[in-house]
Amino acid sequence: MTADIDRTAGHKDTPPAGPQAIKAIPVRHYGRYVSALVAIGLLGAIVFAFAQGKINWSAIPQYFFDDRILQGVGKTLLLTLLSMAIGIAGGILLAVMRLSKNPVTSSIAWFYIWFFRGTPVLVQLVVWFNLGLVFEYINLGPIYKDQWSDFMTPFLTALLGLGLNEAAYMAEICRAGLLAVDEGQTEAAHALGMSHARTLRRIVIPQAMRVIVPPTGNEVINMLKTTSLVSVVQFSELFRVAQDIGQTSGSPVEMYFLAAAWYLLMTSVLSVGQYYIERYYARGSSRSLPATPWQKVRAHLTSFSSRKATA
Amino acid sequence: MTEKLTTSGAAVRDASVAMVRAEGVHKSFGQVEVLKGIDLEVKPGEVFCLIGPSGSGKSTFLRCINHLEKINAGRLWVDGELVGYRQQGDKLYELRDREVAMKRRDIGMVFQRFNLFPHMTALENVIEAPVQVKGAQRSAARERAMQLLERVGLADRAGHYPSQLSGGQQQRVAIARALAMDPKLMLFDEPTSALDPELVGDVLDVMRDLAESGMTMVVVTHEMGFAREVGDSLVFMDDGVVVESGHPREVLTNPQHERTQSFLSKVL
Repeated sequence: MTADIDRTAGHKDTPPAGPQAIKAIPVRHYGRYVSALVAIGLLGAIVFAFAQGKINWSAIPQYFFDDRILQGVGKTLLLTLLSMAIGIAGGILLAVMRLSKNPVTSSIAWFYIWFFRGTPVLVQLVVWFNLGLVFEYINLGPIYKDQWSDFMTPFLTALLGLGLNEAAYMAEICRAGLLAVDEGQTEAAHALGMSHARTLRRIVIPQAMRVIVPPTGNEVINMLKTTSLVSVVQFSELFRVAQDIGQTSGSPVEMYFLAAAWYLLMTSVLSVGQYYIERYYARGSSRSLPATPWQKVRAHLTSFSSRKATA
Repeated sequence: MTEKLTTSGAAVRDASVAMVRAEGVHKSFGQVEVLKGIDLEVKPGEVFCLIGPSGSGKSTFLRCINHLEKINAGRLWVDGELVGYRQQGDKLYELRDREVAMKRRDIGMVFQRFNLFPHMTALENVIEAPVQVKGAQRSAARERAMQLLERVGLADRAGHYPSQLSGGQQQRVAIARALAMDPKLMLFDEPTSALDPELVGDVLDVMRDLAESGMTMVVVTHEMGFAREVGDSLVFMDDGVVVESGHPREVLTNPQHERTQSFLSKVL
């Protein structure tokens, strides 16, 4: 057989015009059409159910950019930012302590992580709020002295509650990052006469960042949502404000929808940011970068149109 | 060639003090005894080669010299000073981490896997320790680093990251990085074992040049040709002990021990 083909090819005097692209009928994925129809049907049913419900939809656009709501959004973002800052700084410190050769610091870090990861953050928030029962006064000698209830404002309660809890989680993320750096790096730095601290700061931490950054983005998104818990300690962030407006305006459920929409909006923006940060840090470690969502959409569209062209 | 002599004062050093002296050095990892009593002496300005099969303890011994490994028994001196301990009367005191780091400044080390810092360019790798450890001026360190990169033939690669360099180039940058601290002793841990055969020559040329400048070098190697041409002393280790030692040419061409003979018959 092959000899035949060779002979016929040899008879042609024209030079071969490169490999001919394969033209074949692609596999039909009927399951995809069916599942798409089912999904659209279900979505329609849900939308219909909500539209039928006794919900005053017009209240949502009416209050969406209300001053109080916008202030709540601002406080939610501020709280997210500051408690993540505490979480990251504390997390790095705890991770270094945990990995240290000093048995005292490593046990302190272990105990801290054990406690703050082992209790619900809601419980921690309430405990912070009520610590006035244990400490009636806060007395830092000549620097500061006040009644605990005056010192522990809702904002400070929320910040400490969320930040200190987050530090425990960030510590584990940072520890994984530090352990991911090749031991040869530490050895090379030590062989050059660098101290432990300097090796950590100049050599190990910069390389650990590649492992630490992506999950940290996840934590930021998580934190944004967790801030809704601090409504229990009287801090008026987005959720609390939406609740308050709901009670005075007579449309409480609508305001929950409104809050959900705002949270979704904010987490979406953060997700996009995280996606690009991860993509940035994948450089050098993965051979080809993952496609951006826009590139994916474009690829799907072109594959559709080419299929139509061949069919 | 003469301007290349700048790194080392080893040639004019008092030859009566051994650069490295080991007496009955033992080292165990858990139950496994890796070094079973090593005695040897490296003279200043000497190129001292350690050969032997894998697992014979030669790399471990090298790492003991700059205290990357702690020895369990025996004594080890570098330039007349005890490694890792301070002796007062008949008591030994463990050195603090800071003091150990202080002593390591004078001992350069080159690793089998290069261990360059991947987040820094070749130039930054070389100036890192002088600036951070010795507190050198950045501009002066940069100038010196460029000289060293020139010396290893990589001045045009100063701005490259390690991932953009071949293995041989990375190893030569690693040598420049170690030299930047002006060490009195250089340790080489199988510096060419991770390289393509083609790239071995460039690294050995740099080492040969370094040896000619009078640097004291302890080299763990499988390159018998290098040991024979450049080495001043050679030790054959097996199973944690020194089996045979002497001048490289004599040991390599006329080994006395059966174990040495069978090893050399396989590698030469």
